[in-house]
Amino acid sequence: MRVRLKRRLHPLTWSGHLFIPASIILALALGALLFVVVGINPARAYLEMLIGGFGSFYNFSETLVRATPLILCGLSVGLASKMLIWNIGAEGQLVLGGIAGSGVALFWSPYIPAALLIPAILSAGFVGGAFWALIPAFLKARLKVNEIITSLMLNYVAILYLEHLYFGPWRDPAGRGFPGTAMLPDGAWLTRFFGTRIHLGLILGLAAAVLIWFLLSYTRWGYEISVIGANLQAALYARMNITHNILWVMVISGGLAGLAGICETAGIHYRLQQGLAVGNGYLGIIVAWLGRLQPGAIVFISILLGGLMVGGDQVQIALHVPSSISLALQGAILFCVLAGQVFREYEWVIEREKA
Amino acid sequence: MAVLYATIGEIFAERSGVLNLGVEGMMLIGALAAFAATQSLQSLWLGMLIAMLAGGLFAMIHGFFTITLRVNQVVSGLALTLFGIGLTNFLGRPFIGKLSLKFEPVELFPLSKIPILGEIFFTQSALVYPAYLLVPVSYVFLFKTRFGLQLRAVGENPAAADTVGISVFATRYLYVFVGGALAGLGGAYLSLAYTPGWKEQMTGGQGWIAIALVIFAMWDPLKAAAGALLFGFINAFQFYCQAAGITLIPSYILRMLPYLFTIGVLAVITHWKSAKIRVGAPDSLGVPFERE
Repeated sequence: MRVRLKRRLHPLTWSGHLFIPASIILALALGALLFVVVGINPARAYLEMLIGGFGSFYNFSETLVRATPLILCGLSVGLASKMLIWNIGAEGQLVLGGIAGSGVALFWSPYIPAALLIPAILSAGFVGGAFWALIPAFLKARLKVNEIITSLMLNYVAILYLEHLYFGPWRDPAGRGFPGTAMLPDGAWLTRFFGTRIHLGLILGLAAAVLIWFLLSYTRWGYEISVIGANLQAALYARMNITHNILWVMVISGGLAGLAGICETAGIHYRLQQGLAVGNGYLGIIVAWLGRLQPGAIVFISILLGGLMVGGDQVQIALHVPSSISLALQGAILFCVLAGQVFREYEWVIEREKA
Repeated sequence: MAVLYATIGEIFAERSGVLNLGVEGMMLIGALAAFAATQSLQSLWLGMLIAMLAGGLFAMIHGFFTITLRVNQVVSGLALTLFGIGLTNFLGRPFIGKLSLKFEPVELFPLSKIPILGEIFFTQSALVYPAYLLVPVSYVFLFKTRFGLQLRAVGENPAAADTVGISVFATRYLYVFVGGALAGLGGAYLSLAYTPGWKEQMTGGQGWIAIALVIFAMWDPLKAAAGALLFGFINAFQFYCQAAGITLIPSYILRMLPYLFTIGVLAVITHWKSAKIRVGAPDSLGVPFERE
């Protein structure tokens, strides 16, 4: 007798929707176990986390701030993944976007009319990210080089270049040895709302989500992307231009990650510094897959993870537990949701050994 | 040297068809397990063994998800890294700044007297020497033994391997475990010998470099050793240039070189491949096996 997985003939209907909440609860239970191991009351830890992330208007605004780059990177990865292109390079594209946008703000701002400065740096951020994404896209489309590896390698190159800039030629001479560029000029700071740190980037992220949703659901191009991702043979048979689609999808994907970079720089840090490359690009991959590549779900998951991270900081302050617990929790949630998705499509079958 | 262990481990896993992007997480688990075990058991060798076991078991999470549940390997591997970083930061808190036993450099007598080379290669901690053996042993294992052939068959054409009676699932589980164990050993080298002690995220991206090296080395342990040496050499060279104030080649360009080189090598390999010369990635890398 043996047990094996078999694809379900009929997808689950209503019970299918229970899998995601069930997997999150399972992950939280695993997390509770972790808390117990280090001798902390898990109920109290989760309460602190909930309050920290969603408990007040200010806390929730911080959650949204944290979610902003995740939304943009999640959409970036999600769009590419829709076509089965693995953009592991969102981190590097984010960095390049930050570099290009701040470069414009730092050195060209005197030559740009004040009203156009913010559009100019945002476009520069988009172009920077798109340029960085075009390298693996071109290699993939023309030479069929595996994009997972090239985009991953380019992350290191981008981060090294960033370090070179803020340790070297772009370093703030008045910074007293602080590794970072000078402050961006005031005119380049993104508008903030409601007296919180919520900035224009959030609006851009939400707008991008709506745009991509529209693109994928209602345009011919969106349809082509889905077909290429779902069945390459069919796409070839229908004479879709794969090369062309790879390049354009990666331009948008990289551009979104680049936007995330410049929004973090011009919305939060106001200078290029070490805090730019903190793994948002990698988290974007997690977000995209937790959201099953759907723009609306990606926004929702980003806010949830943002809350988890802000809440993790709160737990650190209140209970003296490292805030990295939220990273461990995210990993656990991801694994549980992945497993949940498998059981939506497959079922256990017990087979009798044939005599 | 930590990178070399992890790279060879990853070669085994990838040759069997499982891409594991969780190397960074597995190394961290190994590093923490080694340090914690050594501190409580007061035995370096037990610490090392426990690190290998911990890394291997941690890799089994990835194995279960990708082999049994057929989850996408990229997503699962990234989740493993994330989980590993979070878990070790969290559990490692009490160990920060603590001291423990450590592996001291050992001179391998006659060889250590060779000028220059002796000092570089043969005056190392006891955890380094097994790596010198591991490289040729794993090469021979992969390419000259029956087990190696089975392993590669599973990675190239699992359906064919299955037909001749090799268990694809068991093989993949085994080598994912081996990959995790070697990554754990790499982690142990960091926390017991290279920079003794436990520090949050002490691997500092070495797991990712290991993944790059696997490709750079075209899934071959001998070339992996050469690649690890090259990476190490470039690193040392750029520190030397900085210290000596040589600015002929900016250090950031030097540090980018290995990554750019990997991209270049990959492009060339892929090009060859289309010209019908068989080198490079196992054919079924990243593809879950489903018995119909």
